[in-house]
Amino acid sequence: MKNIVFDKDDLLEIEKIKAKYPDTKSAVMPVLWYAQDKFGDTNTEIQKLVADTLDLPPSHVYGVVTFYTQYYDQPKGKFVLDVCTCLSCHLCGGYDMLHYAEEKLGIKAGETTEDGLFSIQSVECLGACGYAPMMQITNDKVVNHLTKEKMDQVIETLKSGNDIELEPITIPQHQNVSK
Amino acid sequence: MSKDWKSYKPLLLPDIKDLSSIDVYEKNGGYEALKTILKHKKKEWTPENVTNEVKSAGLRGRGGAGFSAGMKWSFMPKPDGGPRYLAANGDESEPGTFKDRQIFEDNPHLFIEGAIIAAYAMSIDVVYVYIRGEYRPYLKMLQKAIDDAYEKGYIGKNILGSGIDVEMYTHMGAGAYICGEESSLMESLEGKRGYPRVKPPFPAQKGLWGRPTTINNIETLANVPLIMKNGAEWYKQIGAEGHAGPVLYGISGHVNRPGVYEYPSGMLITDLINEVAGGIRGGKKLKAVIPGGSSTPPLTAEAVEGIAMDADSLREVGTMMGTAGLVVMDEDTDIVDVVWRISHFYHHESCGQCTPCRDGTGWLQKTLEKINRGDGEMRDLDLLLNICNQMEGRTICALADAAAWPVRYSIDRFRADFEAKCKKTVYALA
Ligand SMILES: Cc1cc2nc3c(=O)[nH]c(=O)nc-3n(C[C@H](O)[C@H](O)[C@H](O)COP(=O)(O)O)c2cc1C
Ligand code: SF4
Ligand code: FES
Repeated sequence: MKNIVFDKDDLLEIEKIKAKYPDTKSAVMPVLWYAQDKFGDTNTEIQKLVADTLDLPPSHVYGVVTFYTQYYDQPKGKFVLDVCTCLSCHLCGGYDMLHYAEEKLGIKAGETTEDGLFSIQSVECLGACGYAPMMQITNDKVVNHLTKEKMDQVIETLKSGNDIELEPITIPQHQNVSK
Repeated sequence: MSKDWKSYKPLLLPDIKDLSSIDVYEKNGGYEALKTILKHKKKEWTPENVTNEVKSAGLRGRGGAGFSAGMKWSFMPKPDGGPRYLAANGDESEPGTFKDRQIFEDNPHLFIEGAIIAAYAMSIDVVYVYIRGEYRPYLKMLQKAIDDAYEKGYIGKNILGSGIDVEMYTHMGAGAYICGEESSLMESLEGKRGYPRVKPPFPAQKGLWGRPTTINNIETLANVPLIMKNGAEWYKQIGAEGHAGPVLYGISGHVNRPGVYEYPSGMLITDLINEVAGGIRGGKKLKAVIPGGSSTPPLTAEAVEGIAMDADSLREVGTMMGTAGLVVMDEDTDIVDVVWRISHFYHHESCGQCTPCRDGTGWLQKTLEKINRGDGEMRDLDLLLNICNQMEGRTICALADAAAWPVRYSIDRFRADFEAKCKKTVYALA
C-alpha cells in the first residue's frame, strides 16, 4: 500500500496546475486526476489529501469525485475495461462484447477479478461511434472495432504486462494513406 | 446543395501527411491568417472587423445549437481591463458524435489558430480548452500542438510581436455528458459539480469566474482560419444557403464504411449513407436515421428521401442538424430497443437539479425497459408522451428536451413498432 502523501515533486506539479487558474478551487479536477494517476483511485483518504493540499473542505472534493464517473471513489482493478454499450456501439454489438468480456473474466460489469487485475464497466458513449463496438482501458487507450478475437488479444497483452498501442484512425475519405 | 461534392477537397481535414506537426502545418499556409490579422490589426483587421467577417460568412456553431458564431462574439461587452475568457468546447459526448476528436488527432493547429483569432476578435486573454476525460490520448496530442505553438510565438505573451497576449490551457473533464452544456462546462472549469446555471445572466455578461466568456465548439473555431484566409464571400459559397461551410459528418451504425467525412453542408442524407459511407451493411434496407446525435429526432427511411443536411431542410421534416453525427439503422433494427438505450443514456447523464429531468428521464427509461422486454401496455405509450410533455421546456438546461425528443418522435414516427411490443401482453385476451 502506498503512503497517501504528495511528495515534493508532486507539490511542484500541483503548483503548476494551480497557476493555470485564477483561484485554487478550479484546480480540483486536474489535481484529482493527478492523484488518481499516482494512487490508482480517489477514495476518501485521497480526497482528504487533495482537500488539505488545496485548502478546500473535504465535502467539496467528495462532491466533485462523486459527480464525475471517471474518478474512482473505490479501488478498481489494475485494468478497467470500459466497454461502450451506448447508441452506435449497441447497434454494432456492444452488449455482445460486454457479455463476452464478462464470461471470459468470470465477473459482471461493475466487478473486479479476484487477482485485482481486471474490472469491467458498461459505459456510455466514448466518442468513437464510427469505430463501434469499442472499449477504453483505464481511462486511456481505446480499442476500436472490437471482436471476440480482439478482446482475447487485448486481455492477453495486458495480462502479460505489455502495453496496448493506440490505433490511429485513418480518414476513409483520404486517398493517400496519411498515417 | 453543391452537386459537385464528389470533387470536394477537404479543408478542415485535408489529405496532408503529418499535418498535425507544426512545421507541416506552417508549410501548408498554417498560421498565415493569424499573421495577416495581427499585421493589419490597426486598420483592416481590427477586432470588430474580424468579428464582422465571421458574422457575414454565416458560420453557425457546430456544437449542436447552430447559433451564428459572429453574432455570439458580438455579444461580448466592451473590455473593461479585467480578464475575459474563451472556453473551447471539446466535451463531445452526444452519442453519435466523434468529429472534434478527429481535429485533435489530425489538424490541431487549425483549431488553435482559430481559437487565437477568436480571442483576438473578442479581446480575450485566456482560452480554456475543455476536453472530455475519455479523450485523454487526444488531449495529449493537442497539448503537444499547443506547446509547439507557444514555442513558435503563436500563443502566449506578445504574439508575433503584436503586443497581444493570449494564454491557452487545457482542462480535462472526467466523464459527464452534461459538462458539454456551456454553463455546466463553466462550473466544471471552476472546480465544481457540473450543474448548469440558470440563464440569464448569459456567459457574455457573467461567465467563468463572473467574467465575460464565450463558449464555442472545437469545429466551429477550426472554421475561423478558413474564413479569415479566404474571405466571407468565398466561405458563403460552400454548401447550403443559410448554413454555410464544410461540415464534419460523423457516420456510424449499420453502414459499410463508418467514420468522419468532410463535405459541404447540405449533403443529401441518402448520398451520405449510400455513397459516402458505402451503403447499408449486408445490402440491407434502411429503417431509420438519427441525423445529428442522439437528441435529434429520428427520421424514417421515407422521410429521409431528398433531405439535405442543413438546419432549414431538417427543420422542415421535424428534426435538427445537431452535431451532424448520423446514426444509421437497418431494417432489422428494433427501434424500441434503440430508444430505450438512448433514454438509459439521458437518465445516467441527468445532473439531477431539476425534478422533471431527474425523475422524467428515469421514468422514460423504466417505462421503455418494460415495453422493450415485452411487458408493455398500450397506455404506456400515452404515459411516455405525458412524461415528455412534463419535461420539455421546464428545466434549467436542454438535457431534458434532448431526452424527451427521441422518445416523442420515435413513438410518433415508428408507432407500429411500439404497439407491436405492447400488444404482446396484457390485452392479448381481449
Ligand atoms: C446537454 C447538452 C450537452 C451539450 N454538449 C455539447 C458538447 O459536448 N460539445 C459542444 O460543443 N456543445 C455541446 N452543447 C452545446 C453547448 O451548450 C454550446 O451551445 C456550444 O458549445 C456552443 O458552441 P457553438 O456555438 O460553437 O456550437 C451541449 C448542450 C446541451 C444542452
Ligand atoms: S435539465 Fe436535467 S441536466 Fe439540465 S440542469 Fe436540469 S436536471 Fe440538470
Ligand atoms: S456509442 Fe460507443 S463510442 Fe459512441
